Amino acid sequence: MSVLVCIDSHHGKFPKSSLEAVSYGSKLAAQLGTNCVALAIGKMDGDGGIGSAGASQVLHAADVTTSDSQQLTKLVMAAVEKTGADIVVFSHDINGKLVAPRVAAKMDAGLVPGAIALPDTASGFVVRKNVFSGKALADVEVKTAKKVITVLPNSFDLASGGSAASVEAFSADLGTARVTVKEVKSSEKDGEIPLPEAELVVSAGRGMKGPEHWGPVEELAKILGAATACSRPVSDIGWRPHHEHVGQTGITIRPNLYIAIGISGAIQHLAGVNGSKVIVVINKDPEAPFFKAADYGIVGDAFEVLPKVIEAAKQFKASN
Amino acid sequence: MKILVCISKAPDTTSKIAFSDGNTKFDENGVQFIVNPYDEWYALVRALEIKEAQGGNVTIISVGGADYEPIIRKALAIGADDAVRIDASESDSLFVAKQIANYAKDKGFDMIMCGKETINYNGSVVPGMVAELLDMPYIPLAIKLDVNGGAATVEREIAGGEEVLEVSFPFVLSAAKGMAEQRIPNMRGIMAARTKPLAVEAAAGAEASTSVKSYSMPPAKGACKYIDAENAGELIRLLHEEAKVI
Ligand SMILES: Cc1cc2nc3c(=O)[nH]c(=O)nc-3n(C[C@H](O)[C@H](O)[C@H](O)COP(=O)(O)OP(=O)(O)OC[C@H]3O[C@@H](n4cnc5c(N)ncnc54)[C@H](O)[C@@H]3O)c2cc1C
Ligand SMILES: Nc1ncnc2c1ncn2[C@@H]1O[C@H](COP(=O)(O)O)[C@@H](O)[C@H]1O
Repeated sequence: MSVLVCIDSHHGKFPKSSLEAVSYGSKLAAQLGTNCVALAIGKMDGDGGIGSAGASQVLHAADVTTSDSQQLTKLVMAAVEKTGADIVVFSHDINGKLVAPRVAAKMDAGLVPGAIALPDTASGFVVRKNVFSGKALADVEVKTAKKVITVLPNSFDLASGGSAASVEAFSADLGTARVTVKEVKSSEKDGEIPLPEAELVVSAGRGMKGPEHWGPVEELAKILGAATACSRPVSDIGWRPHHEHVGQTGITIRPNLYIAIGISGAIQHLAGVNGSKVIVVINKDPEAPFFKAADYGIVGDAFEVLPKVIEAAKQFKASN
Repeated sequence: MKILVCISKAPDTTSKIAFSDGNTKFDENGVQFIVNPYDEWYALVRALEIKEAQGGNVTIISVGGADYEPIIRKALAIGADDAVRIDASESDSLFVAKQIANYAKDKGFDMIMCGKETINYNGSVVPGMVAELLDMPYIPLAIKLDVNGGAATVEREIAGGEEVLEVSFPFVLSAAKGMAEQRIPNMRGIMAARTKPLAVEAAAGAEASTSVKSYSMPPAKGACKYIDAENAGELIRLLHEEAKVI
């Protein structure tokens, strides 16, 4: 019995969400009195920070770059066999969503997607997750002997201070790929933070009146080191790129700070952002529904409020 | 092209979320149900576009009780050819996936298309499980799909961008925003849907691997703290000193 955590590096580094999954797996292993092994896929330096996040042993598949979920599943299953793991943990990110469901079906294991807390193992094995797009929580009991858990990004504290992990090269026969990569289109611009991983987000909606008015939104984001996002109508009419659309039908984000400017706060928009730790709303309508979900609110015209906030942010950055 | 589209039922996005029976059941009182938006707007509509361009057949599958029928009829009204409902409670992802795989295994579908996730359970797991059970490739979070001869080109979201993939048939995908535009069913479609075949099949034997023990509401937000617009710069100080997020 042991816990296996499967993570993927991106440009030679593990995103915070991957290391959160490692912390989750190692805390879970400690709770069950067993050990935690990480399967690290892709290039990394040293132990990739996995030791610090809590795992002491790493199986490193440095050269695996496939996007074929069947090949990745073979790799994970080989690691499951080697470690005798009966619990497999992933991040609930793009890589976890690619492989975790396959591994669960293969192991005939119950899967809890997007866990936000360690299992309650007092009687049975019960894992808490968000449901209804964050409007409620469910305690899900896993009834099978083998279990798969994906950990919701930015919802479980990253451990630090563990000692370096021992790294062992790992490989498996992956067979031939049925999915081949033709092209990778990177939307990562220099100095721009990808929205799904951003800890700070500045977002704006139809209240900005037109694409030509996004300058201050981008400027504030840049000063704070934040990513930019937008409401659905704004991306639908082409004021902003589609990948910035957050909400029920766009992407879901859980940053530490979400600043919403000129967004009314429709329930479908909130569904994509209500996991944010701190929400700031800037809106000229004091009745805008978004204020009900806000921690900080400014009632005012964005075109007058934003320059003041930008000025204060500049001063703050200059002295910190 | 033989396409299977997996449709799940979801409460309308503006529904009030409440629970009954000691917080063990979703309270359906007064709740309007819709086709899960990702399944309808993206998976189903793209499947229909491909069928319209190349010929073929689009079948709907749902795992659920009789209360699924209006949802399935809606999908037929948008343009699917026929439908099957596997008569069972849809409480567990692996159970649902086993039902879909069991139905699809000997039908020769070229593609099985799902939504990226259900808006009530937010799993994003059923399609990947179906793929594994059927030994098919799986492409999650697909935002573009083109079919050209013996293979398909699919674009999917990845960290920091998009990836263009080529995949051989048959395969499973989950559809995200970008795949297609919403279609509103017209009167003719709604009329035609009434007589399209909707088979009901018994569930294959399988145990639920998970179950929801109870639901709860997230802790209530504290009241919003207002900052005077004239003094908007104060926000930055509060975010640093009080909220400690910058
Ligand atoms: C099934 C479904 C799914 C949906 N999915 C999504 C989704 O994923 N994401 C999403 O965002 N929406 C989604 N929507 C749409 C959603 O219901 C709202 O229509 C949308 O979020 C509104 O966008 P908005 O707030 O930018 O625009 P509006 O609702 O027009 O709000 C603009 C706001 O700006 C304020 N404002 C105007 N001028 C100024 C100014 N000078 N200074 C400050 N404030 C100003 C106004 O007071 C108003 O509150 C969905 C809808 C449906 C039916
Ligand atoms: N009961 C069901 N019947 C048919 N398809 C389903 C069902 N539940 C989920 N699906 C499909 O699987 C996708 C992902 O669901 P989930 O894993 O629950 O988030 C959905 O968007 C549907 O396409």
